[in-house]
Amino acid sequence: MFKPKHQRLTLVVIAVVAVGVAVLLAMWGLKDRAAYFYTPAEIASGKAAVGQPIRLGGMVEKGSIQRLADGVTIRFEVGDGTADVPVIYRGIVPDLFREGSGAVAEGRLAANGTFVADNILAKHDERYMPPELGNQAAEHKAAKTVER
Amino acid sequence: MIAETGLAALWLAAALALLQLFLAFGPAAMRGGGTAPVRSVAIVQGVLTLFAMAMLMLVFARTDLSVLLVAENSHSAKPWLYKVAGAWGNHEGSMLLWVTILGIAGAALAIFSRTLEDRTFTAALGAQGTLALGFFAFLLFASNPFARLDPPALEGRGLNPLLQDPGLVFHPPTLYFGYVGLSVAFSLAVGALVTGRVDSALAKAMRPWVLGAWIMLTLGITAGSYWAYYELGWGGWWFWDPVENASLMPWLAATALLHSVNVLVARDSLRAWTVMLAMVAFSMSMVGTFLVRSGILTSVHAFAVDPERGTFLLALLAIYVGAAFILFAVRSGKLAEGPPFELASREAALIGNNLLLTVILGVVFVGTLYPLFVEAATGAKLSVGPPYFNSVAGPIALLLAVLICIGPLLAWRRDNGEKLKRLAIPALAGVTVLAIFLFAIPDGGLLEKVALGIASMLALSALLPLVGRKLRRTPLSTWGMVVAHFGVAVAIAGMATSSLFTSEVLIAARPGEQVAVGPWTVEFKSVTPAVGPNWTALQAELRASRGGGVSVLRPQSRFYSSPPTETTESAILTVPSGQLYTVLGKSAEDGRWQLRLWWKPLVTLIWLGGALIALGGALALGGRAWRGWRKAQEA
Repeated sequence: MFKPKHQRLTLVVIAVVAVGVAVLLAMWGLKDRAAYFYTPAEIASGKAAVGQPIRLGGMVEKGSIQRLADGVTIRFEVGDGTADVPVIYRGIVPDLFREGSGAVAEGRLAANGTFVADNILAKHDERYMPPELGNQAAEHKAAKTVER
Repeated sequence: MIAETGLAALWLAAALALLQLFLAFGPAAMRGGGTAPVRSVAIVQGVLTLFAMAMLMLVFARTDLSVLLVAENSHSAKPWLYKVAGAWGNHEGSMLLWVTILGIAGAALAIFSRTLEDRTFTAALGAQGTLALGFFAFLLFASNPFARLDPPALEGRGLNPLLQDPGLVFHPPTLYFGYVGLSVAFSLAVGALVTGRVDSALAKAMRPWVLGAWIMLTLGITAGSYWAYYELGWGGWWFWDPVENASLMPWLAATALLHSVNVLVARDSLRAWTVMLAMVAFSMSMVGTFLVRSGILTSVHAFAVDPERGTFLLALLAIYVGAAFILFAVRSGKLAEGPPFELASREAALIGNNLLLTVILGVVFVGTLYPLFVEAATGAKLSVGPPYFNSVAGPIALLLAVLICIGPLLAWRRDNGEKLKRLAIPALAGVTVLAIFLFAIPDGGLLEKVALGIASMLALSALLPLVGRKLRRTPLSTWGMVVAHFGVAVAIAGMATSSLFTSEVLIAARPGEQVAVGPWTVEFKSVTPAVGPNWTALQAELRASRGGGVSVLRPQSRFYSSPPTETTESAILTVPSGQLYTVLGKSAEDGRWQLRLWWKPLVTLIWLGGALIALGGALALGGRAWRGWRKAQEA
């Protein structure tokens, strides 16, 4: 198979095929496994499909955190000024998760409109913030400046 | 003064890098002026960067608050070890560490690779100097670690508590030695393309660097994985975080290179391919550096968001990678063909290894960069996580594991299939294990069960190259291969078992209650305050038993005052059959506390496997070095 004359050509063809296969596999895998980021307003307007893995980001509304009787499940609302989305999460919340502060929830939207979170990311401090929240904060600021 | 001395050393080193570039590619080198000048310049440059790094560690050790970097990232009340290691726990310091290792690698190349033909050697040192020059510019113009603060701060802002861990002392330097060690392979490849001499002498010069860098990368990734596992308190050992992928991609490329460079040494074959891989491997290191250091991603690794730095790094990346690949495109056509081989041969199996690794690399690369591209193109934000990587890269990795069973048994050039018969027993064992798991555990992922079957087959067949050999006369490099391949089987077994059999309990419990997790009974005794040098904590006392004696675990919820941060400190009990992993959560505000407990059978095999893989590399490197030394003594 690998005659000296054809060896290089064969190798080049194989390498190109390998890279092509990798890209095809990747695109196939990404089609239904990439989690898109939504704001509460986008969810309220029905942009996110039910049951798909997505990320939801916004501010944890003041006074919305309720602890359920089992002691490890919480309900709260994530809002962005236009809409609120109810979130339910079973687990230990991150250390800086609190009302009035930003958070990103990873999970799925249930048919009843509640977001079931598998994981919660919170703003660590000014320097360690989920990127989406950083942008949102910047947009908020920009919006406020315009209002003035 | 210390900071200024460090900065002066950096400027001098940068000037020497420029000189190195001119000496290597200027008119003197073209006349064949010998290697002595460029070699000494490379060595002095390495010493100067090392000196600059030492100066930075010194200002951190003394908590000199008139240095901006110290004021922003350190604190006088921090334990001594974290003060010193904190020198690289920030953007500027870690870039200086990167450049320091680049300088050391250049100096080591100048000292040790003397067997190489002069012109190639000079060109390689020139390439190394060119690389250094760009990163010196990045440090001096966009990331100066020695900038002063006037007036000095009264107290520093402190180091991110997640980084205040012994892991900070080992993980970054190890990983960086791996990342940046690959620069030597890159420079040697460039040198060989410049002179057109890609042969087994080049491969022999390149191999120890690839092997050394690969060992460090393996150790760095393994250590980083364990650090994230116990420090984050999430119970996972790999999150497919872009920053983790940034270290995995150079490792995949280096693993492929490690195997193809052996073909080039032994058979003088795969010339262009090996040179290409050497370039890809270090390019992946630079891509990783860009991803982590540009601020384009946010994680504990990304210290500061500054678009200017990202652009600078991207420009460096584009220039170096672009130039290298243009050189490759122009020169590789002139490389002579290697000797032929057949489809059933060691060479073909190693090509298979390289292709599968390339496919995995491609899949990880696309998955890691996809969100950045989509956001740039459409503005939509998305993330790609474990579901993608596990289901796409996992099966290809298992296919590669099957190939590892076969490849080492094949002869170079042409194989008659005789030794392949030995695979019967391992294959039978693998199928049996698979069948047992399929029938015994109806639920649970298919991928994990197949993985366990393949791991069993690989564990046995990894040993086959030793069959029929006198063990004491078997070269250490063969032992190295056997140990590393066995390590792959061990790691796969650990990943699959911990995924299949982990039991998890999340509960709000009152002190005095008992919780069962897996085979363990855990008694929740109390929650009490605890105090450390720069933190206070709430500490739970858990008494775990499994039939016999009682072990006490003390997970904490810590509060650091500077910067004000809360962290979760897990407590882990390690026994031969696995780990009991415990986390103290929040108070449920009714006398109960959240507890999260995991029983993870055989999870330790993951890191043991990683360590075995690195050990295999070390055996091969040590064995070859020893042989070379013996030959030199006899001659």
